[in-house]
Amino acid sequence: MDIENLDLYSQLILSLAALVTLTSFIMLAQGRLLRLVFIFALQGFLLVLATAIAAYSFNNPHLYISAAITMALKVLFIPWMLRRHILKLNMHRDVEALSNKTAVMMGGASLVMFSYYVLHPIMQNSSMVLLNALSLSLAVILLGMLLMISHHQAIAHVVGFMSIENGLFFAATVSTSGMPMVVELGIAFDVLVAAVLFGIFFLHINSSIDSLDVDKMNRLNEVDQ
Amino acid sequence: MNILLAILQTLLFISLAPLLAGWIKCCKCYLQNRKAPSPLQPYRDLLKLTHKQPVVSKDASWLFVIAPYIIFSATALAVTVIPLIAVDLPTAASADVIVLVGFLAFARFFLVLAGLDVGTAFGGMGASREMTISSMAEPAMLMAIFTITMTASTTNLSFAIEHIMQEGLVLRPSFIFALLALILVAVAETGRIPVDNPATHLELTMIHEAMILEYSGRHLALIEWASQLKLMLYGVLIANIFFPWGMAETLTLSALGYGLLAIMGKLGILAVLLAVSETLFAKMRLFRVQEFLSFAYLLGLLGMLSHIILEASR
Repeated sequence: MDIENLDLYSQLILSLAALVTLTSFIMLAQGRLLRLVFIFALQGFLLVLATAIAAYSFNNPHLYISAAITMALKVLFIPWMLRRHILKLNMHRDVEALSNKTAVMMGGASLVMFSYYVLHPIMQNSSMVLLNALSLSLAVILLGMLLMISHHQAIAHVVGFMSIENGLFFAATVSTSGMPMVVELGIAFDVLVAAVLFGIFFLHINSSIDSLDVDKMNRLNEVDQ
Repeated sequence: MNILLAILQTLLFISLAPLLAGWIKCCKCYLQNRKAPSPLQPYRDLLKLTHKQPVVSKDASWLFVIAPYIIFSATALAVTVIPLIAVDLPTAASADVIVLVGFLAFARFFLVLAGLDVGTAFGGMGASREMTISSMAEPAMLMAIFTITMTASTTNLSFAIEHIMQEGLVLRPSFIFALLALILVAVAETGRIPVDNPATHLELTMIHEAMILEYSGRHLALIEWASQLKLMLYGVLIANIFFPWGMAETLTLSALGYGLLAIMGKLGILAVLLAVSETLFAKMRLFRVQEFLSFAYLLGLLGMLSHIILEASR
């Protein structure tokens, strides 16, 4: 089936899926933390749009609620909290030196191909929208992991972790037209608790090794060398 | 008849290019709280330059003198390939988009040779920078263009645009990526602000200006005009591929007039966007251009991938 035969809503959902992947790529190359958090919020917003459109086109009103929860948590609360931490720890002027940005980006592009390749045999019989959206959300998950690997700052790791959650959420929205409400609320609270815990961890890491660069943890030893 | 129309379209393209450059300058002046020159100022500059006597260094070879003519005519030939106000014209149908990239590369080759020819330090520096940038911009541009040609399953621009028009409004993720990639490449190739600054002769920032520093008189006029043509060429490419609505499909007078109005409106809006982005962004260091262009390449690659993944029929 070609894309021009799909209805406009499916085209819109696919375009949003592509844009979500694009935001993952931009996050991968971003060395400034405030901008990283802003792009994370943007990704959340695109996700909210996609969910709302899915709710409208599948005629599934409870997806509106999960869109609202995502909006409140991932677009407003978590970015606001991360931003406050960055400003409080005085890290907003630091630019993280990312080693070999281009290679990481190309690695990301191959991850997109890989996720499509993995999902292709599984979804042979299902609809095109489902296959594409699922493979892109798997790509978002893998790109989130790559973000955690390639960045050194703990805050960037949190953003990577949250964007993995974004990918899972998107997969759930398009493939099963939303998880049951109980599960969704549970995940939302988990994310909320995780965000608060991460905030406490930031303060502890910062006070114990005087930096949020997790590479410096390698130097921690029980014995003095 | 059609050939006559194609020639007329090319002449229109060539004569409108300075107006676009003037309009961009106007927009930038308004945004920066300066008093704007008239949009017709580039015409006056060109006219004045043609009246001046060109000064050629005694060390310059024949290449230096003929290079402006070659650059201008190669760019003008590249312009013939692009549908401006009507699709399905014979010149546009005779050559495809790879020929277009080839023409631009040919013009650039002679510009670089002319920059090296006089043997000044500036010329050589500008030439090497230009080649570095173009070697990274060209793959990105081809990647973006292949995305479009794969969608329309033809490398001919005229047919591709016709295909897109007949399809009507289809939201394609791959086109979003290709559009962004092409915009980044256009900024780099036409030497606009994050990559090169067209307005200064400050030695650290120059790329294009460094190469043409030795030119004067009518030679300079031709090179300036060619670079204005190139700017308009990229503008028309972006406007007509991604927003082709309004172009004349039939060759009636009213359709052509409508097409002309449409393309002028589209270019006017693009020029405002360019002026806003040039006011907002600072020029980046030369060594960051590689990151900028590899991002453009990545966008092109993502466009291609999402065409295959999301859109191709199976």
